[in-house]
Amino acid sequence: MPKDHGIGASSKRREDKRFLTGKGRYTDDINLPGQAHAWFVRSQVAHGRLTGVDTSAAEAMPGVLRVFTGADFEGVGGLPCGWLVTDRFGQPMQEPGHPVLARGKVRHVGDPVAVVVAETAEQARDAAEAVEVEIDELPAVLDMKAALDPDAPLVHDELKNNLCYDWGFVEENRAAVDAAFETAAHVTTLDLVNQRLVPNAMEPRVALGDFNPATEDSTLYTTSQNPHVIRLLMGAFVLGIPEHKLRVIAPDVGGGFGSKIFHYAEEAFCTFAAKQLKRPVKWTCTRSEAFISDAHGRDHVTRIELALDAEGHFQALRTETHANMGAYLSTFAPSIPTWLHGTLMAGNYKTPLIYVNVKAVFTNTVPVDAYRGAGRPEATYQLERVIDKAAREMGIDPVEIRRRNFITEFPYATPVAVEYDTGDYNATLDKLLEIADVAGFEARLADSKSRGMLRGLGLNCYIEACGIAPSQLVGQLGARAGLYESATVRVNATGGLVVMTGSHSHGQGHETTFAQVVADMIGIGEDMVEIVHGDTANTPMGMGTYGSRSLAVGGSAMVRATNKIIAKAKKIAAHLMEAAPEDIELKDGRFSVAGTDKSVAWGDVTLAAYVPHNYPLEDIEPGLEETAFYDPNNFTYPAGVYACEVEVDPDTGKVTVCSFAAADDFGNIVNPMIVSGQVHGGIAQGVGQALLEAASYDDYGQLLSGSYMDYAMPRADDVPFYRVDHSCATPCTHNPLGVKGCGEAGAIGSPPAVVNAVVDALQRAGHTGVTHIDMPLTPSRVWAAMQG
Amino acid sequence: MTKVSMKVNGKPVSGEIEGRTLLVSFLRDTLGLTGTHVGCDTSQCGACVVHVDGKAVKSCTMFAAEAEGCEVTTIEGMANADGSLSTIQQAFQDHHGLQCGFCTPGMVMSAAALLAETPKPTEAEVRHYLEGNICRCTGYHNIVKAILAASGQDVGDIGGDAIAAE
Repeated sequence: MPKDHGIGASSKRREDKRFLTGKGRYTDDINLPGQAHAWFVRSQVAHGRLTGVDTSAAEAMPGVLRVFTGADFEGVGGLPCGWLVTDRFGQPMQEPGHPVLARGKVRHVGDPVAVVVAETAEQARDAAEAVEVEIDELPAVLDMKAALDPDAPLVHDELKNNLCYDWGFVEENRAAVDAAFETAAHVTTLDLVNQRLVPNAMEPRVALGDFNPATEDSTLYTTSQNPHVIRLLMGAFVLGIPEHKLRVIAPDVGGGFGSKIFHYAEEAFCTFAAKQLKRPVKWTCTRSEAFISDAHGRDHVTRIELALDAEGHFQALRTETHANMGAYLSTFAPSIPTWLHGTLMAGNYKTPLIYVNVKAVFTNTVPVDAYRGAGRPEATYQLERVIDKAAREMGIDPVEIRRRNFITEFPYATPVAVEYDTGDYNATLDKLLEIADVAGFEARLADSKSRGMLRGLGLNCYIEACGIAPSQLVGQLGARAGLYESATVRVNATGGLVVMTGSHSHGQGHETTFAQVVADMIGIGEDMVEIVHGDTANTPMGMGTYGSRSLAVGGSAMVRATNKIIAKAKKIAAHLMEAAPEDIELKDGRFSVAGTDKSVAWGDVTLAAYVPHNYPLEDIEPGLEETAFYDPNNFTYPAGVYACEVEVDPDTGKVTVCSFAAADDFGNIVNPMIVSGQVHGGIAQGVGQALLEAASYDDYGQLLSGSYMDYAMPRADDVPFYRVDHSCATPCTHNPLGVKGCGEAGAIGSPPAVVNAVVDALQRAGHTGVTHIDMPLTPSRVWAAMQG
Repeated sequence: MTKVSMKVNGKPVSGEIEGRTLLVSFLRDTLGLTGTHVGCDTSQCGACVVHVDGKAVKSCTMFAAEAEGCEVTTIEGMANADGSLSTIQQAFQDHHGLQCGFCTPGMVMSAAALLAETPKPTEAEVRHYLEGNICRCTGYHNIVKAILAASGQDVGDIGGDAIAAE
C-alpha cells in the first residue's frame, strides 16, 4: 500500500499552486525602484583583435546613463575557474584569464565587449546598436584536432598552445592496458562524437544588481543553482566585496540543468554597475543571447577501444578523447571531461584495466561546462556503444555480454579510482526486460514490417557518481571548493518549523520532499514544515544543487540537524515528565516515557523551549534551533538499465521513438512521483541529444543553431509515454537516508539506448555495414547510412 | 506613445505604450502580471501563451496595440472564482505536470484552448497541439497525462508509474 505522507509518499508539490496561478517569483519578475537596464554588446566574430570601441554616439542616445567597456574593468578580477586539473606529466593545466568584458581580443561570437545602461531596456538596446566596435578579424580556431596543430592560431596569446591539459587516467596503468590489447582475442574500436549541446533551461538568465550607498551593501538577484557559490566567487575573486556586504538571492529559478551553476560575467557586471551608478541595474537575457552566452555542454570527440577474451569478457578499455573547453574556462569546465568522466569508464562492469586520455582544447567557441550528467553521459555513451558493437562483432547477445561482465560483489573498487558501495545490476536488468516487454519484441517487429517500417531494440546500462562530493577527495583532484551541504532547522514556539537549506530548488521540488523527510522524522504534518532556500542572507553557507546531490548531501545535513533537534527536544521532554532523557521515545509527534503512559506533545516541548519557565536552564540553552553540515565520505552510485524501441522509415530515414523504458536503482526514495518526473525529463533530454539537438558552428565560428528555429528542442510529439521503475533499490550505505540521487540518470542513460536501437533496426534490415551513426540521428544521417 | 485599452482577466485596463510594445511586455511590465513568461525571442517556446478573445495566442508575437478592445485572459485569470485551482490547473498538480514552472503558464493556457476546441482529445492530438510549447523539465509525459486527465479520461495505467518497494 503506497504511503500517503512522509518518506515514500507521492506527496503533491506545494510549489505548484504558485506556479499554476502565475504567482511564482522568478528573477525577471523582480523590479526595484529606480532600476536601470543593461544591454550587452557582443562580438559578432569568433576571433579578432579588439582595436577600438567607440561609445560616443551611444552615450548621446535618449535615456543612456553610461556605456561600459573593458577599460572600466581594469583592476577588477576576472571570472575564476573552480577546478585545477593536473596533466599526465604532473603539470598544472594552462589557465587563461577570463575578463568580465573583453580586452585586447574577442574569442567567441557572443564574447561581451561593452554594455549600455539606460533608463529602459528598449533605450539600452537601441543605444547598443550605436556602439562602434572595431575588430581586426583573425582566423577562428574551431576543430579541436586542428587547434592542436603547432601552426594553429592561438586563442590566448599568452598560452604556449591551445591545449588546456593532456590528462591520463590512470597514467600508471597505461603500459598494462596497452599490453592487454596486444594479447586480446578480440578488439572492438569505435570513433564517435558526443556533440555539443545547449542546455536551454526555459527561463533565460537574468541578473539584477542593487547597491545601498548608506550601508554599502550589495545585493544580486540572479538565476542561479547555487547563490552561496556565486557570492564567494564574485565577492572574493572578481569584485572584492566581502561576503558580509554581499547578498545573493536566487528566487524561483526556471530550470538549470547545470547551466546556472557557473558564475557569469553578467552577474558581476550588474553588481559592479549598480555600485558605480548607485542605481539597481537589471539585465534580462534573450534566448538568442542565451545561445551564445550560456555555457554549452558535451562536445567530446572520442576513440574508444575494448579488448575482450574469446568469451566476451572485457579485458581492457582504452579511450582517447578531445574535449572542447571553448574560448575560456567556465567555472567547473576542467573537471567535466576528467573527474566526472574518466572515473565512470568502468561502468557496471569488472573491466580490470582502463586507461583514459583526455586532451582539453581551447577553441573560438562558447565555453563548455556541466550540462545534465556532465561527463557521465559522455562516459556512458562511449562504453555502451562500444559494448553493443563488440557484441555484434562477436555474435553475442547484447544482454548476455553485459550480464557476463557485470560487477556482482560490493563494495567494488574500480581501476578508475572510485568504489561502488552497493548495486544489483542483474536485478535492474531483469526488471527492465520485464517492463520493456523485450519478450514481445518479435511480434512488434513483425507488425512494423507489415507496415513497411524498420524496427530496432536498443538497451544499455549506466552508472553515475552522484551526491557530489567528498570534499577531501575532490580537493586532492583539484577542486578549489568544498562540496559539503548545510541545513539549519529552526523550530518555532508553537511547533511549526523552518528548514533553511544550502541546496537550491529550480524544479526539483525540494520544498515538498525536504518537508516530507523532516515531518516524517518528527511525526508531524508536512504542512508544519517550511523549506527556505536561495538567499545567502537567510540560509547557511551551502554549495547548491547540481550533480544529483541535493537529497544525498543536502538531505543528509538536514537529517543531522533534525536529529540534533530531536535529541535536545527529548531532554526538554524528559525534564517536563521528570524522566531520564534516554527513556524518552518520539513517535507520531509525541514524546513518551518508555514503559509508562506518560507523554507530552511536540508542541508542549517546543513551547517550553521558548517559554522556559519550567526548563532545565542549568543543563541546556533555551530555544530549539540547530545547524548541521554534512560532507559525504563517498559518492553515491545510482545505476540502471534503459531500453528504447524505434521505428525507422526506410524511405526518409526518420526515426520514431515507439517506447522507452527505464529501470533505475536510486536507493531509497522519498517521493516516487517526483523521482519518476526527474527520470522522464532526463529521458527527453537524452532522446533530444540522440535524435534532434546539436550546436553547430560554421567554419567562421558563427553558431548556426542559434535559436529555437534552428536548434531542435524535443517537443511533445517527439517522445512517447515512458515506462519507468525504481523498485530495484539497494540503499546507499553511507548516508543516513540511503538515497543515491535521481536528477541526471535519465539524461545519462538514454542516448545510447536510442542509438543502439537505430543501429539494430538498420542491421536487422540488412544494412550490415552500419555499425554506428553519430548523434543527432537526423533523417538525413540515417538515410545516408542506409545508402551506404 | 499611444494609449491602449483592453479587458484583462475581466477587468478594464489601459496604459501608455510605445508602438513597438509587445502584448507580453504590456502584461508583464505595465500591468505587473508576471505570470506570463518570455522564454524565447522567435515565437517558438510558448511560455507566453494567453487567450485573446478566447483564442490561444503567443503574446510575444502580437503588439499590445493589436489587442485594443480585446478580452485577454492570462494565467492569473485561470483559477476558480474562490481562488481554488481550476480543473486543468488541478490536473497539472495531481499528475506532476510541472517542475520548474516556467513553461507552465503557457502549457495551461494552451491546454485550456485545446480542451475548449476538443473536449476529449487523443494522446496524439494533445502532443500535436503542444508542438508550440516547449518544456525542458518534464519530458512532456506528465503534461500530456494531466491534460488527458483534465478532459475526464482515465490515465491510471499510463507509463506504469511503478512505485518503489516499501
